Amino acid sequence: MLPDRLAGLLPDKAADPRLSGIIKLAILAVGGQGGGVLTAWIEDVARSAGYAAQATSVAGVSQRTGATVYYVEMAPHHAGDPMPVFSLMPAPGDVDIMIAAEMMEAGRSIIRGFVTPDRTTLIASTHRALAVSEKMVPGDGIASSGEVMAAADIAARRFIAADFDALAIANGSVISASLFGALAGSGALPFPREAFEAAIRAGGKGIDGSLRAFGAAFDVAANPADQGVAPRPAPRQVPRVLGPARLLADWDRLVARVAAMPVPVAELALPGLRKVVDFQDLRYGAAYLDHLAKVMARDDAALGWRLSREAAKYIANAMAYDDIIRVADLKTRGRRFDRIRKEMRVKDANLLHLTEFFHPRAEETVGLFPAKLGAKLEADPKWMARLDRWFNKGRRLRTDSLRAFLTLHLIGGLRGWRLRTLRHAQEEAHLALWLDRALSHVAGNYDLAVEVIRCRRLIKGYSDTHKRGFSKFDRVLEATAAVSGRDDAADWCRRLREAALKDEDGKALDGAIATIRSFA
Amino acid sequence: MAERSFKAEVEHLRLGEGQTFTGEGILAITKALLENGVGYVGGYQGAPISHLMDVLADAEELLGELGIRFEANANEAAAAAMLAASVHYPIRGAVTFKGSVGVNVASDALANLASSGVTGGALVIVGEDYGEGSSIMQERSHAFAMKSQFWLLDPRPNLPCITKAVRDGFELSEATNTPVMLMVRIRSCHVTGSFQTRDNQRPTLSVKDALSNPQSDFARVVLPPMSYMHEQDKIRNRWPAAETFIRERGLNEVFGPRSAPVGLVLQGGMYNGVIRALQRLGLADLHGNTEVPLYVLNVTYPLVSDEFLEFCAGKDQILVIEEGQPEFIEQQLTTFLYRSGSTVKLRGKGILPMAGEYTGQVMLDGLTAFFKDAAPGMLPAIVRAPNEDRPQIPDLTATVPIRPPGFCTGCPERPIFAAMKLVQQETGKLQISADIGCHLFAALPPFEIGGATMGYGLGPAANAAFDGGGERRPVSIIGDGGFWHNGLSSSFTNMAFNKSDGVAVIVDNYYSAATGGQDIMSSRADNPTKATKHPITKALRGIGIDWVRQVDNTYDVGRMRDVLREALTTDAPGPKVIVASSECMLNKQRREKPLAQKAIREGRRVEAPRFGVDEDVCTGDHACIRLSGCPSLSVKKLDDPLRDDPVASIDQSCVGCGNCGEVADAAVLCPSFYRADVVHNPSPLEARIARVRARVIGWLQTRRAARRLTFDGAS
Repeated sequence: MLPDRLAGLLPDKAADPRLSGIIKLAILAVGGQGGGVLTAWIEDVARSAGYAAQATSVAGVSQRTGATVYYVEMAPHHAGDPMPVFSLMPAPGDVDIMIAAEMMEAGRSIIRGFVTPDRTTLIASTHRALAVSEKMVPGDGIASSGEVMAAADIAARRFIAADFDALAIANGSVISASLFGALAGSGALPFPREAFEAAIRAGGKGIDGSLRAFGAAFDVAANPADQGVAPRPAPRQVPRVLGPARLLADWDRLVARVAAMPVPVAELALPGLRKVVDFQDLRYGAAYLDHLAKVMARDDAALGWRLSREAAKYIANAMAYDDIIRVADLKTRGRRFDRIRKEMRVKDANLLHLTEFFHPRAEETVGLFPAKLGAKLEADPKWMARLDRWFNKGRRLRTDSLRAFLTLHLIGGLRGWRLRTLRHAQEEAHLALWLDRALSHVAGNYDLAVEVIRCRRLIKGYSDTHKRGFSKFDRVLEATAAVSGRDDAADWCRRLREAALKDEDGKALDGAIATIRSFA
Repeated sequence: MAERSFKAEVEHLRLGEGQTFTGEGILAITKALLENGVGYVGGYQGAPISHLMDVLADAEELLGELGIRFEANANEAAAAAMLAASVHYPIRGAVTFKGSVGVNVASDALANLASSGVTGGALVIVGEDYGEGSSIMQERSHAFAMKSQFWLLDPRPNLPCITKAVRDGFELSEATNTPVMLMVRIRSCHVTGSFQTRDNQRPTLSVKDALSNPQSDFARVVLPPMSYMHEQDKIRNRWPAAETFIRERGLNEVFGPRSAPVGLVLQGGMYNGVIRALQRLGLADLHGNTEVPLYVLNVTYPLVSDEFLEFCAGKDQILVIEEGQPEFIEQQLTTFLYRSGSTVKLRGKGILPMAGEYTGQVMLDGLTAFFKDAAPGMLPAIVRAPNEDRPQIPDLTATVPIRPPGFCTGCPERPIFAAMKLVQQETGKLQISADIGCHLFAALPPFEIGGATMGYGLGPAANAAFDGGGERRPVSIIGDGGFWHNGLSSSFTNMAFNKSDGVAVIVDNYYSAATGGQDIMSSRADNPTKATKHPITKALRGIGIDWVRQVDNTYDVGRMRDVLREALTTDAPGPKVIVASSECMLNKQRREKPLAQKAIREGRRVEAPRFGVDEDVCTGDHACIRLSGCPSLSVKKLDDPLRDDPVASIDQSCVGCGNCGEVADAAVLCPSFYRADVVHNPSPLEARIARVRARVIGWLQTRRAARRLTFDGAS
């Protein structure tokens, strides 16, 4: 094989000058995005403008959510002339217009060499349709759009990027229409806007929505000044606090305590405080700040308060654990109902039925019992089996009906009871153990203390998932303990944690632990 | 009902003399069949010629008018066997299926057909599923033409050439008493373009008329000694006749200057790719006028020695451009040169890669290398000594995730594999074999179920070595399409006869779904021309399999899991077969969505289900996704500094199939899923009850909210 530096070396002088008249356009789409419709529109525009056009695609199984390429070539053509010879597939270094209907597909088009700085106009939608491999990771497996954006800036002659999916949805259409608008707006094809719109009208289906989405995207592509290359983050909304005056006064006192903290800590302590107060009450919020104060007493401004900052985040998460009371409380709030009505686009004339899927096991039930009694029952397999028989089954609750709503409303109102439950006792003990463990490293290895705090991230989910999280947490801390004397202990702790978040069964974690065993 | 309707396009098939057809390759082929007086057509769907079958099905009315019989054959073998009608009768017949797997299935019938020889033109249109987008093993149909001695056309990929090849194919077949295979590649099937049409022709003899006057001739039967005579006939008569026909009719084409030091020999299907590479090297113009002589093989088997040697005369080197392996054409041409004592140097594989698709880059690299070596003077200076600096583009290969095809949103097969994953959590990993069809996507993450596929209808047969059973039973999976294609005989009678102890799961989605949703025997739809609604369970009982469980709602993950567990543990002897039935969601939506929208418009009561996730209840573990993989179930990052991991999220493409809720329940995952049923046009009573409920619930909510702190804008 020849080195690929030979690619794209079009000898302009020697080639048929008419060849530069061929416009080569590729579309990389995910199945179901309407790439076929878009291709047909483009062909129509070209033919109606007196061009010869040829389109190809690979239909079939690959449309089932796989990535698929559509390809169009066109050239000016006079009746009676022989037809140009067009290629049936795009070649690296030989594409004038690349339309990517999703951000990672833009990346794929760059990898495949379809985007080159000498000629390619890249039109990409910045939205993400996540691949299964990104979604199934227990932690955060989402690929970096930023890397693709950066590469596109280098690889493309022109780069037009916007969330054309959101644009289409906002206009009651699908992304094929907005991409068609972006193509028209980019001016990369020598046809007037009306010709594009005529193609949509000739298509005959969902014309109004398509034209609206087309127009919106046309404007975005035609006015590159208005368009930030990176998607602008929406400004974070600062939540308003509402409630009885007496509680608000107490709240202000707690907020004052947070305000007195160093900024890096306060930044997270305030949302943390909100979270625990929302979970339980103001006194619980005070307890949260007490825990945090203990950590801060061992921390050091010279080290940037990193330990306290992480503690502010993870103590809040640990204190606002997921028990039945919390779930019932969240599920019965008025604002949730409003949010769902909005998300599901429920109009006034419609009704909304809401079905919740609960499956409490004996463990969750016994967790609601008073700590001592609960502990006794939990230790007794007979009782656990009995409770399992009574409670362990899938329940579908219609929260728009009075009976189910009342049941959940009552459970959600058990916050006064919560602090006496077995679950709370267990969570409190675990919290204390974890904090002690982290703080025990502060003097010897500050970074390790920070990493141990961060390991709280591993505990999440419900029932089996929760149990698995706990066991991963324990194994990470145990393996960390084995290397705690080493200078790079913090690094190992981080690596173990990241490994634990890679897959469900903990295979990566097993590997990391095996590595540690080999030298520790 | 097929995935794509060609009802509108079918009208183009009525175009007459001197008109212009503009459209897709598949449709053009159909039109060419009608113009050439075909008497019967058939085939079996599969990419890339599924659409050809769909077009034919949608054109049944027109076919009927012309007196043409259309069969949607049970499989490719049945399709090829149908060409037997052309053995004794001067009727043109055409069948279509995909290569090379369809040709594999059909090979028995094709071999017999080729041995018998034909009277009427017999055309096998093969959609060669090779290269990017292919869903099968990468092989060539070419070998079948060589072993059975039928002729193989590989026309240049544009509509005038492809439609001309249909005409040439029929005439070549009749002139040589030999079936002809017309090969169209994936992209040629879907390439768009135009060609001049002619009037459709009624067959000179219809199959109905033939039936009134039956013919037979035992000399055509493949039995000794006639079969020995057939072999001799192929070599002594049919082959030379084919060579003569190809030469006289100029089926192969020569382009470019008559004399040049080098030349290119290529399959017709490679023509556009070769011209593009020549254009980029400055050696051809927009219309394909080339400075390099080209010998284009629109017939790739048989090859015509004289014609080839004439092309080579006066050249130093030629390059053979032949996609796929092994290099049958190159070997044959090399033999021609050697036998003629020629000194022309033949290049091919080596300069071009032996395996893989000849993409634009491969072609450009290969031709550049050839010219640099064989005729450097022809190349522009910039190619001989490139000096351009290209900017370094960051490598994204580690960033961009792979995106293989997978189950659609709301697919009824997903819960089957979720249940299977749950069962494997109890039993440990099972020996699982799979078949061909959508269900094969289960082999990919997140399910990773199924370790082998041996062919269409062969899933359970592929587990035959384990039929005797062991500590845990083997499990095989097969689709309803595979069941009727070949599975009933090859897999299930095999299991029944051998008293298999294994478990087989038949994924019944009411269609041959992976090939585009065509109807099959067990489809639930009314089909005016086909017999549907024949339950798979009845067929199983008919061959003596007694342990059969019918699951009518695959979305019931708990039940699916229990039935699987039962099949794996029951003491019952013999095969254990589960028929898991729910309609393909793609087809269901296509059918029901317009009906629901119409009902809403007309004021009738409609419940529209969709699922959602309470993001403050979701902890971001993604266990649900590992049991689903639904495209509408994704994850999103929250604007919450306290949360590290993205949470589950369901987008508006959700069709409310119910899998999320069922999985959350059966696997005891978490309470974050909810189902929202939006009721359109509720009854007045219903609306009144809802108002009362909403008032009470609202009062309770306001009361509680007033007694606590609430953080507006937060959860």
